[in-house]
Amino acid sequence: MEFITNQPLLAALIALVSLGTLFGALLGFAAVYYRTDGNPIADQINEILPQTQCGQCGYPGCRPYAEAIAEGDVINKCPPGGEATIQALADLLDVEAIPLDEEHGEEKVPSVAIIREAECIGCTKCIQACPVDAILGAAKQMHTVIASECTGCDLCVEPCPVDCIDMVPVPQAWHWALPNPVSRQTEIIASDKPREAAA
Amino acid sequence: MRKIFGFHGGIHPPENKHQSLEHPIRDAGIPAELIIPVSQHVGAPAAPCVEIGQAVLGGDVIAEAIGVVSVPLHAPTSGSIAAIERRPVAHPSGSEALCIVIDTDGEDRWRSLEGVEDYRTADPAQLLERIRECGIAGMGGAGFPSAIKLAPRNPIETLIINGTECEPYITADDILLQERAQRIVEGAQIIAHIVQPQEILIGVEDNKPEGIEAITAAAAGTDLQVVTFPTKYPSGGEKQLIEILTGKQVPSGGLPADLGIVCQNVGTAVAVRDAILDGRPLISRVTTVTGDAVSKPGNFDVLLGTPMAHLLHLAGYDERKNRRLIMGGPMMGFSVPTPLAPVVKTTNCLLAPTESELPTPPPAQACIRCGMCAEACPASLLPQQLFWFAQGKESEKLEAHNLFDCIECGACSWVCPSHIPLVQYYRASKADIQQQRKDQAKSDYSRERFEARQARLEREEAEKDAKRAARKKAAEERAKAAATGEGEEDPIQAAIARAQAKKAAQTNEGSGESELEKLERAVVTTQKRLDTAQQKLSAAEAEGSDLVDALRTGVEKTQSKLDKAKAALAEHQANHSEAPAAAEEPPVDAAQAAIQKAMQAREADAQKSPQEKARDQLGKLEQRLAKAQQRLADGRAAGEEDKIIDALSASVDKLREKISETRAQLAETESA
Repeated sequence: MEFITNQPLLAALIALVSLGTLFGALLGFAAVYYRTDGNPIADQINEILPQTQCGQCGYPGCRPYAEAIAEGDVINKCPPGGEATIQALADLLDVEAIPLDEEHGEEKVPSVAIIREAECIGCTKCIQACPVDAILGAAKQMHTVIASECTGCDLCVEPCPVDCIDMVPVPQAWHWALPNPVSRQTEIIASDKPREAAA
Repeated sequence: MRKIFGFHGGIHPPENKHQSLEHPIRDAGIPAELIIPVSQHVGAPAAPCVEIGQAVLGGDVIAEAIGVVSVPLHAPTSGSIAAIERRPVAHPSGSEALCIVIDTDGEDRWRSLEGVEDYRTADPAQLLERIRECGIAGMGGAGFPSAIKLAPRNPIETLIINGTECEPYITADDILLQERAQRIVEGAQIIAHIVQPQEILIGVEDNKPEGIEAITAAAAGTDLQVVTFPTKYPSGGEKQLIEILTGKQVPSGGLPADLGIVCQNVGTAVAVRDAILDGRPLISRVTTVTGDAVSKPGNFDVLLGTPMAHLLHLAGYDERKNRRLIMGGPMMGFSVPTPLAPVVKTTNCLLAPTESELPTPPPAQACIRCGMCAEACPASLLPQQLFWFAQGKESEKLEAHNLFDCIECGACSWVCPSHIPLVQYYRASKADIQQQRKDQAKSDYSRERFEARQARLEREEAEKDAKRAARKKAAEERAKAAATGEGEEDPIQAAIARAQAKKAAQTNEGSGESELEKLERAVVTTQKRLDTAQQKLSAAEAEGSDLVDALRTGVEKTQSKLDKAKAALAEHQANHSEAPAAAEEPPVDAAQAAIQKAMQAREADAQKSPQEKARDQLGKLEQRLAKAQQRLADGRAAGEEDKIIDALSASVDKLREKISETRAQLAETESA
């Protein structure tokens, strides 16, 4: 007590240093204990990407493109995701939504690969190309696509030496469409109507 | 008197029920053609199990249930299968769907039906199976397979039979209450036997006095309780009815069964009764045909699959007056694209209104945020907010505002002063969100598979690398050991050791025996070899083998060797000189030279820089490539099969790849 009153400068110094040490230790502990593995932004971006694994963006799969976006790449390189994905990415990253880069392909209807089995020679090249192991077969045996696992990336089409793989569009179930925003097309006020209609 | 509760919101649209209640139920008869869609219920479509041209009797199964949430279909009368094809059906999409078409023969012959003798002693599981086999799906409008709804996980306290029928125009349930009250009560008792509730309630709105009278009379003396309550739309909604009768709200995203409640429509109760007591599958239903465009509105007992046109004709339909044909009521119904569409299990009403009766809604105007929709909403939602978010496609906010609790009753649209078709926005948004969920699930699954594959490839690569590294290390160690002469297991070392030992032994022997003996032995062994060679030659000559020439040269060589050895022996014997030793020396020298060469190569290899090694490898690979290319060209020239050519070209490609890899490596090491 006496020491504090007698040596205010020293006492303040000791207090500050000890506080600094304490909080420094806390921060150090937190940095180790609450460490997050990987890149959380890349994870979130990866959640949004359609996981077709088609590589049309120029990266070998969705995860690498997600990491590239996290590093600052543009968000419009994903044709399978299309406008919806670009919009979601723009919302997540708080950037301007830009139109799809046509260089990487066009937005297509979801499709699934079908092997014309009679023509398959069993070369296993498509099996090696498939990013999600959706093709079943063995060397010199007929191959087939497990349709429910296929992402429609069409990576298997090109390696096929006998061109026996077709990309077939998946039939889309009907559902209710949003009504036209009629209110923006009709003129409510009588004098706004076209002359013929008003007459 | 039981306490009645209320629910939030609700509206009072004009009822318009009297038009169709003037006549008793009429039989719609057997049309010439019945069109039976395979998907009339919620869940997986049934799979047709009949062939075109096959004769069927009434009650025969024509399509089987696929999976748990599905029901089978039955032939409503006798006839033959005319087609199994896509036909227009009553669906808001206006699209076609797979249908089984039956040409009826008008004789209405049936397969024999067998009911359960005493359901009170029957096992509920057995009764449920029969309900499923008879193709019963909820007849109030949703079409959910009844057998599933009647097998809840929780014990049931309250069974509610829904005779509310709150939607304007429709009187199908009302007429059932009036004319088939006894069958409703029987059906309710059967359902009660299955779910074992503590109380059975029949809920009816107070705008059906005749129906209430009939059902009260039929229920007298049973444990059924008829409960009436004030008319308000949409009190017939399952969740609303439960709140009215019990005061409990079904939690968001939950099922009535979570509260120990099961709800069944009166029509379903009748169908259950027919299935259990008579063994009669669900092949007909009561449908209201009404609207100002029909001159004789009323209720019809109609076979499922009857074209709507047939039914409308019976009711005196005037196509000119009708603007659009609606299946269901004016609130929740939807336009049917063509009257050729058939009546299905969920067709409770056909509404053919005139333009003045149900005018085309005026163009929608901007939302003025008056809040009338929120007041009308029976699910206590905020329709104006949902509308806002639906326009902006803000799925998260829509879900946060409980879009999925919307029952699509249309009360909000009905009260909207701006005539906004609100329900259509909600339906579209629901479909959108469901699609998004499906896509998300699929993409999550794909990601899992992709990551699993990546992990597998990495693992395999690592394993390969590890093996390669281990082999390389072992080889290097051996080489080092060989170079320093310490290795014991090295094949070259071993060979050297063996050769040296042999030589040592020979020299030892040589020193021990005289030159003369050696030469004598050489002569003897050469003689022996000559003898065996000659034998072989004569055998080959006898057989006419191709080897004769080779053998002959062999014999000649041996002969000359023998001559030499003999000469050497003679010479030795003549002058006792040491000359013959020369005959034996060359082979020893050759072995020695080979050993030395191998040693040198080994040493050189051990001392070589990685650069040199890579260059060597490159040379070797290039040789292999040249060979492979040669082979491919040969194959092409010989017109080999495609597969073989492919394989060859693949190997050429692979070699090229390897070469380029090696080159890259070489460049790397050189630059390093």
